[in-house]
Amino acid sequence: MTSNKREKSLIVIQLSGGNDYLNTVVPYGEGKYYDSRTTVNIPQNRVIPVTDKLGFNPSMGPIKALWDENKVAVINGIGYENPNRSHFRSMDIWHTAEPDIIGKEGWLGRAIRDMDPLGENVLTGINFGRGLPRALACPGVSVASVGDLETYGLFPDVQDEELRMFTLEAFSKMYGGAAGRDPVMDLLGQTGKDALQGADILRTAPGMYSSSVEYAPDSLAQNVKSISQVFHANLGTKVLYTQHGPFDTHSGELLSHAKLWNEVSGAIGSLMEDLKEHGTEDDATILVFSEFGRRIKDNGSGSDHGSGGGAFVIGGAVNGGMYGEYPSLAEAEQIEGDLRSNNDFRSVYTNILEDWLQLDAAPIVNGQFEKFDIFKSQK
Amino acid sequence: MINNDTVLMAHLLRRAGFGATRNELEDYLALGYDGAVEALLNPSDAGNMPDDLIRRYHVEQSELRDLAGSAAYWMYRMISTSCPLEEKIALFWHGLFATGYAKLNQARSLLNQVDMFRRSGMGSFENLLVDLSKDPAMIVWLDNNENHDEAINENYGRELLELFSMGIGNYTEEDIKECSRAFTGWTLGNAEYMAIRAAKDSIWPYGRIAWHFDYREQDHDDGEKTFLGETGRFNGEDIIAIIAKQESTAQFVATRLFQFFAADEITEFGEKAIQEMITTYFSSGYQIKDMLRTLFNSDYFKSDEARFARVKGPVEMVVGAIRMAGNYQNPALGIEKVSNTMLYMGQGLLQPPTVEGWHEGSEWIDSGALVERVNFVAKELSNVQSPGVRSIIDRLEANSDAGILHPTALANGCLDLLGPIAVSEATHEVLVNYASRQGDLDLNGHQPGDEAEQRVGNMLRLVAATREYQLA
Repeated sequence: MTSNKREKSLIVIQLSGGNDYLNTVVPYGEGKYYDSRTTVNIPQNRVIPVTDKLGFNPSMGPIKALWDENKVAVINGIGYENPNRSHFRSMDIWHTAEPDIIGKEGWLGRAIRDMDPLGENVLTGINFGRGLPRALACPGVSVASVGDLETYGLFPDVQDEELRMFTLEAFSKMYGGAAGRDPVMDLLGQTGKDALQGADILRTAPGMYSSSVEYAPDSLAQNVKSISQVFHANLGTKVLYTQHGPFDTHSGELLSHAKLWNEVSGAIGSLMEDLKEHGTEDDATILVFSEFGRRIKDNGSGSDHGSGGGAFVIGGAVNGGMYGEYPSLAEAEQIEGDLRSNNDFRSVYTNILEDWLQLDAAPIVNGQFEKFDIFKSQK
Repeated sequence: MINNDTVLMAHLLRRAGFGATRNELEDYLALGYDGAVEALLNPSDAGNMPDDLIRRYHVEQSELRDLAGSAAYWMYRMISTSCPLEEKIALFWHGLFATGYAKLNQARSLLNQVDMFRRSGMGSFENLLVDLSKDPAMIVWLDNNENHDEAINENYGRELLELFSMGIGNYTEEDIKECSRAFTGWTLGNAEYMAIRAAKDSIWPYGRIAWHFDYREQDHDDGEKTFLGETGRFNGEDIIAIIAKQESTAQFVATRLFQFFAADEITEFGEKAIQEMITTYFSSGYQIKDMLRTLFNSDYFKSDEARFARVKGPVEMVVGAIRMAGNYQNPALGIEKVSNTMLYMGQGLLQPPTVEGWHEGSEWIDSGALVERVNFVAKELSNVQSPGVRSIIDRLEANSDAGILHPTALANGCLDLLGPIAVSEATHEVLVNYASRQGDLDLNGHQPGDEAEQRVGNMLRLVAATREYQLA
């Protein structure tokens, strides 16, 4: 990409397994929370207070610091009607923005297609991790899946660099041949060339990046570091996606949930520091979401699948604050012992698509949704 | 120099199986083509890796509760079977009657369904549809447990006609309703409780509980129904008998079998084979096995046109490479990773994306998937410590001129032993040029993993990375 004007990018961190929202943004001012969560709770004196009713999990120090700088939008009570408590189905719903039928296209796949309809940049969307999350899948949209930025590409197991180059060169010739022989052979050829090209460009990213920020050694922080490297290499990448988990805390929750949030907060804190150091704080927005929240009552050691979770939108361009109502813990308000969501996840998608990525949201999220005012007004 | 019988047999085994090592090819060649077709169509003892051995190494494959372990369990079966068509037909029906873990949260029931495909998948299509309609995983997947007398749920009735047999345009909305009425009462034991457990994805307090079919006569609508012009007090079996005799059903089954076992695209020549299969469908009493025999023995299937006319699916890609390399013959820790690799390529076993199954053919190919495909097979086939690769090296030496292979012989030998694979002239030129990098190869006195062997491994890596290798 030759343009000097940096484009707005979206960074997505998916919390896989169903994050326990009640122990993330804790309603420490409510007796009902402690009545329901008799063992798996965050004691009042350990909560990091945010408002007089709500506070962060003690592992969220770095996010609290960003909150104080007004860069964190907390979206309470997010979900969809008739919550599904199956990981896979619920994640599918979030990915395809289709709660009622089984959707085929990912919402971000559609967004990428809108931003780059001719597929001119094979790196418009990148997943950091193996496989392709459904959110990014869309026919005709090329998305790279980068397991490890340092070794990304073809033949990563070939240690001998000279042999690897020789093999890549042969691959390039084999996939280059004249087009028009046969549509399938042509498709294979074009796809092979795209893959090589994407890998060639991506491999340059770490070399174009320097930073004094030290990312933690856990897998999320390392993926987020790769995200920062690619983002700062100015390759025209607009959607950068990764996931972390497992948040499926049926047992031993207090320990594992704290560890996971240490990692998530740490990675986000490092990334925001990194962006600040590069003067790019206003050019990236981070969305953090999970497929569902968990049961209001604990099970003695953990918590089971529930509904009515929360999400976070973080960045320099964000209007920090609480959005949406925190779902009531009153029994009359519950659905089958779970929190009732009060705002549709597609509202946040709409907000991000329209006010951040400047796209027409309705066809992407399958309808019109009222949105919040998460972003500061654009210049 | 490459024998035509070998080329044809390799083609048959890529389609009716997961490809073949040269040893396997020679065993089938000894039976002759017709004999090989019969051997494949009549599976006997598959010689699978035994369950007790698997359980000793894999706790998660003992309980078969979660998705990853259960998919890996099926992988072992595909890798170790000596009746590959039995697994291939199960994979075919798994893609066509696509039932997924996402809604069931019950992997063992899915594996039971796969077992039903092994048992009934080559028998009569009519019986298969009856078994499918009684399959607990299918009942939950398409909500037939919610299909009640006086309150029908059309989900199963609709897909049975649209996706599993006749195809859209061959029946009316009224037929769907009447069909659904006939399947009221076809549910599973303790259905209400099981449905809640599935929806809540709960393992408390009893773990996953096995499902079984239950027919509730008091919930069955026994009234008169008119379906596709016939009237009677039809039950599900009667409806299926009517479906099975439709021309559109024959057309549907023949076409789908053709696209899975013969070619992604249907040419005029291919259409002839489909017509022959339709004839067999009726003359044999809807026998799938007889339709496959007709296909494998057709002029089209044996022609050049059918060869390499399919894009390999991820499962074929991964299982084929592992069988060729001779790995995972015993339980090994990496099996779940391997099974995940197929998911990264776009085909997670037991988790088809929707009831429509996977979009196959050229839709398998995108840049992320291609990188995974090439990297996996290139790594698997270049490891000279693997038993299958060692056997390739030994054969190359035995076929060589006193242990010396000229670059062209090295490239051709590898293409032959991994297939035989036919490549374009341009690809061939690149392969020979690659082989020439260090001149003639001297395999005399080669030792496991030495430089001479590694040169063979490098050559195999590049052959596995060709466009042509992506095709079956």
